[in-house]
Amino acid sequence: MPLTSADFAAIWLTLQLASLTTVILLIIGTPIALWLAHTRSRLRGPIGAIVALPLVLPPTVIGFYLLLAMGPHGYVGQFTQYLGLGTLTFSFAGLVIGSVIYSMPFVVQPLQNAFAAIGPRPLEVAATLRANPWDTFFTVVLPLARPGFITAAILGFAHTVGEFGVVLMIGGNIPDKTRVVSVQIYDHVEALEYAQAHWLAGAMVVFSFLVLLALYSSRKSHTSWS
Amino acid sequence: MNLRARPFIPCALATLLGCIAFTSAQADEVQVAVAANFTAPIQAIASDFEKDTGHKLIAAYGATGQFYTQIKNGAPFEVFLAADDSTPEKLEKEGDIVPGSRFTYAIGTLALWSAKDGYIDGTDKALLANQFKHLSIANPKAAPYGLAATQVLAKLELTDKVKNKIVEGQNITQAYQFVSTGNAELGFVALSQIYKDGKVSDGSAWIVPEAMHDPIRQDAVILKKGEHNPAAKALADYLKGPKATAIIKSYGYHL
Repeated sequence: MPLTSADFAAIWLTLQLASLTTVILLIIGTPIALWLAHTRSRLRGPIGAIVALPLVLPPTVIGFYLLLAMGPHGYVGQFTQYLGLGTLTFSFAGLVIGSVIYSMPFVVQPLQNAFAAIGPRPLEVAATLRANPWDTFFTVVLPLARPGFITAAILGFAHTVGEFGVVLMIGGNIPDKTRVVSVQIYDHVEALEYAQAHWLAGAMVVFSFLVLLALYSSRKSHTSWS
Repeated sequence: MNLRARPFIPCALATLLGCIAFTSAQADEVQVAVAANFTAPIQAIASDFEKDTGHKLIAAYGATGQFYTQIKNGAPFEVFLAADDSTPEKLEKEGDIVPGSRFTYAIGTLALWSAKDGYIDGTDKALLANQFKHLSIANPKAAPYGLAATQVLAKLELTDKVKNKIVEGQNITQAYQFVSTGNAELGFVALSQIYKDGKVSDGSAWIVPEAMHDPIRQDAVILKKGEHNPAAKALADYLKGPKATAIIKSYGYHL
């Protein structure tokens, strides 16, 4: 058997992390993207820039600040301790928070583009037909932005699977809690277990290729998502 | 692109290449791969070494296993200061070092450390009390200090009791980082990371008796890439000399 039970545990954990992160990002990313697509507020620039920050920041920067912020002396850590939750470093919940921040632009930007492409017109028409904002969202925006949602979900999921630096810095390499596939591969290489590393790394290449293949093959009319 | 700007590109490239050629022509630089636990001592040694010999030391810090992979794949290191003796021995057997250049430059000391004053009373009491949430160690598969830490836990019959509390850093620097940021209450680190001039400089610690784990023998080698570099040989000699030895000991290593 080329993959050990520890490898499968890492794969299972990674899939859980990526799925949960994607769901959370679709829920919180949708209102952010809607706002960014339609607002004329002066805050549009700064908020857009903050959402895009993880695109350019090295994961080590995000990981470093999360380690400090979620630790017992950081603001987040003090808040979670006040709530009786302890600290979030070295926990699955901590990884989810880190992943949500790290993968945010990969979900928000495709959604924002999809919403912007719809334009104000269909919304105005819906309003004249006396649809309330919720009706408009579920019966007009959601169906029209469907390709955007699919792209956002795939990119958010795939990007979380590929995450390494943030997990490395706040995870603590705990089996079944924070040891995801990318860290497991790093471990194998460090321990000079190249054969093991090859199996997992090769699987990652195939997986990533298939995801991108699905993404590129499915988009016909859209030329870009960012 | 502005067409008129084009002639500048070959000029700029030529200048850049000239710079690179110039810097690499300075033969008396030595590229050293340094085990993370030896970061502080090598920085102290480097300034003396550069003053005394006129050579320049360029250090990269990291995990020994990672350096092994990089060296096998053509990394430009000329001297390797490992955190163990098995990795340099492996490189020796595989013909990647200058024959006869392997020697022990330090024997590491393991310490149990907390960033909180008084948390550890100089003994293993805080560890045995088991009142902590997280115990930080270096990855035992890749880092000798991590392996030594697991041996100590086994000796104290704590392996199963603390199993769910262990957090792993990828190397000894990260194990230290988890403790210093307070995310883990305590952890096994290299004494060299917390020791200066004969005492623990910060927080509280238990210096683990040597008998509780296999010796952490740290070997140095001159790699094939450094065979014809006089600075590489000079550094190896310098590490064996009295000045460097005194610095190494001041960080809590044995010799």
